[in-house]
Amino acid sequence: MNLPIRLTVNGELRDLVLDDPRVTLLDLLREHLRLTGTKKGCDRGQCGACTVLVDGRRTNSCLALAASHDGAKVLTIEGIAQGGELHPIQVAFIAHDGFQCGFCTPGQIISAIGMISEGQAGDDPERIREAMSGNLCRCGAYVGIVEAVREAQKNLATIKTERAA
Amino acid sequence: MNQFEYVRPANVADAIAAAAAPGAAYLASGTNLLDLMKGGIMRPSRLVDVSRLPGLDRIERLDNGDVRIGALARNADLAHDPDFARGYPAIAEALLSGASAQLRNAATLGGNLLQRTRCSYFYDTASACNKRAPGSGCDARGGDNRLHAVLGWSDDCIATHPSDLCVPLAAFDAVAEIEGRHGRREVAVEALHRLPGATPDKDNTLEPGELIVAVRLPAAACSFASHARYLKLRERTSYAFAMVSAAAGLVVERGTIKEARLALGGVAAKPWRAREAEAALAGARAEPAAFRRAAEAALAGAKPSGDNGFKIELAQRIVLRALVLAAAGTPARMPALPASPFSSSAGAVQ
Repeated sequence: MNLPIRLTVNGELRDLVLDDPRVTLLDLLREHLRLTGTKKGCDRGQCGACTVLVDGRRTNSCLALAASHDGAKVLTIEGIAQGGELHPIQVAFIAHDGFQCGFCTPGQIISAIGMISEGQAGDDPERIREAMSGNLCRCGAYVGIVEAVREAQKNLATIKTERAA
Repeated sequence: MNQFEYVRPANVADAIAAAAAPGAAYLASGTNLLDLMKGGIMRPSRLVDVSRLPGLDRIERLDNGDVRIGALARNADLAHDPDFARGYPAIAEALLSGASAQLRNAATLGGNLLQRTRCSYFYDTASACNKRAPGSGCDARGGDNRLHAVLGWSDDCIATHPSDLCVPLAAFDAVAEIEGRHGRREVAVEALHRLPGATPDKDNTLEPGELIVAVRLPAAACSFASHARYLKLRERTSYAFAMVSAAAGLVVERGTIKEARLALGGVAAKPWRAREAEAALAGARAEPAAFRRAAEAALAGAKPSGDNGFKIELAQRIVLRALVLAAAGTPARMPALPASPFSSSAGAVQ
């Protein structure tokens, strides 16, 4: 069975043919498009390492059939730096030691981008922890992650205000 | 995951026709089904992808004041719809206490209702499970069963329905609109899921091939909006199923309860509407003594199915606490940890 689908991945239009309907969005990104920044952790929707933005919303790519997402816009960790400049959340994760081994980090960073655009958590660390609870970090870098998310959110708000001015 | 045929129908009629084939299953976002297929627990031969059927993701207010939610509305969109959350705050709180933000962005209303009633032995294909393999036995009996059912269970199955959303839907008289080969019918959400009896492989009362297209909430349920809470106790602060949970709504006039709604989660194979407790509350003073009597009434028929006798008292305490919180008033802002008794910042009622 050959199923043609069209995706926009990190701003680039990709016409693809699925040879098997079982291919998940995660496996499509990693195995077919060689975008291995998105990680396969549990592969069952429990750890959040596979988090990508689909049409602007953070989602577990391991529990998404690629065939169901014909026409979707997907943003992965590879697509967030602008030119040679890191995304403010990447900068904040480095500044606050928001990781140790780094395996969960792409999912954490994409999830944080999604969380900030959802606009529900504000500056409250308890709300941030709750909103990020779908991303596990087995190294336990949570304190740094929350600080990184808070600072990045402030910086992004400043950037927005400056752009508006 | 087993091999399957993938079909994407253009409309509800084509979807129902495609799902008539034996072994077919509907696919919405797949957050439960794909997980079960990866584990080899469900092996549909055909997936009928309904995730993008047109017009089924709307949240609309009908002329009679009822709210009609399309079955493909995403959990996150429903929870964050300000009009909906104002009218049905306990439902929004239940939604936000469930799963993770990523899953809430994907999961649909219809999919939430039809996620499998399950336990860890259902997931473990090396264990006996009457739900997964009818007649094979139940390894949860005599196994690690401290989180299992205390109400409505049978010797054949002691699993619980994990949905948070379904608990307040049952409490506030939600109705599911169902399409099938023989036309449309309606079932109260309270009557949608079934107790295991001798056939635990059947989670609900849908006929094969039937499709939930919408859920309606009565306008009258908005009368509970200023005194409505969902409270959920988990083994960790966030992103876990309920050990026990309760949805409570009160209409209070000058300190007296005019009307009450109460349902429990995590205690049975279905969201457990506690009508005897509701009757005990009606006409009583909105005070802890009445709440305590209601909690006892709600759990009157409970019995342990294993090492879970503690859940009976725990459930009574959660009911009592949910009623105390509901009587104190719905918080103006969603608590930082929705439905958690441990939330310390804005919105929490101590």
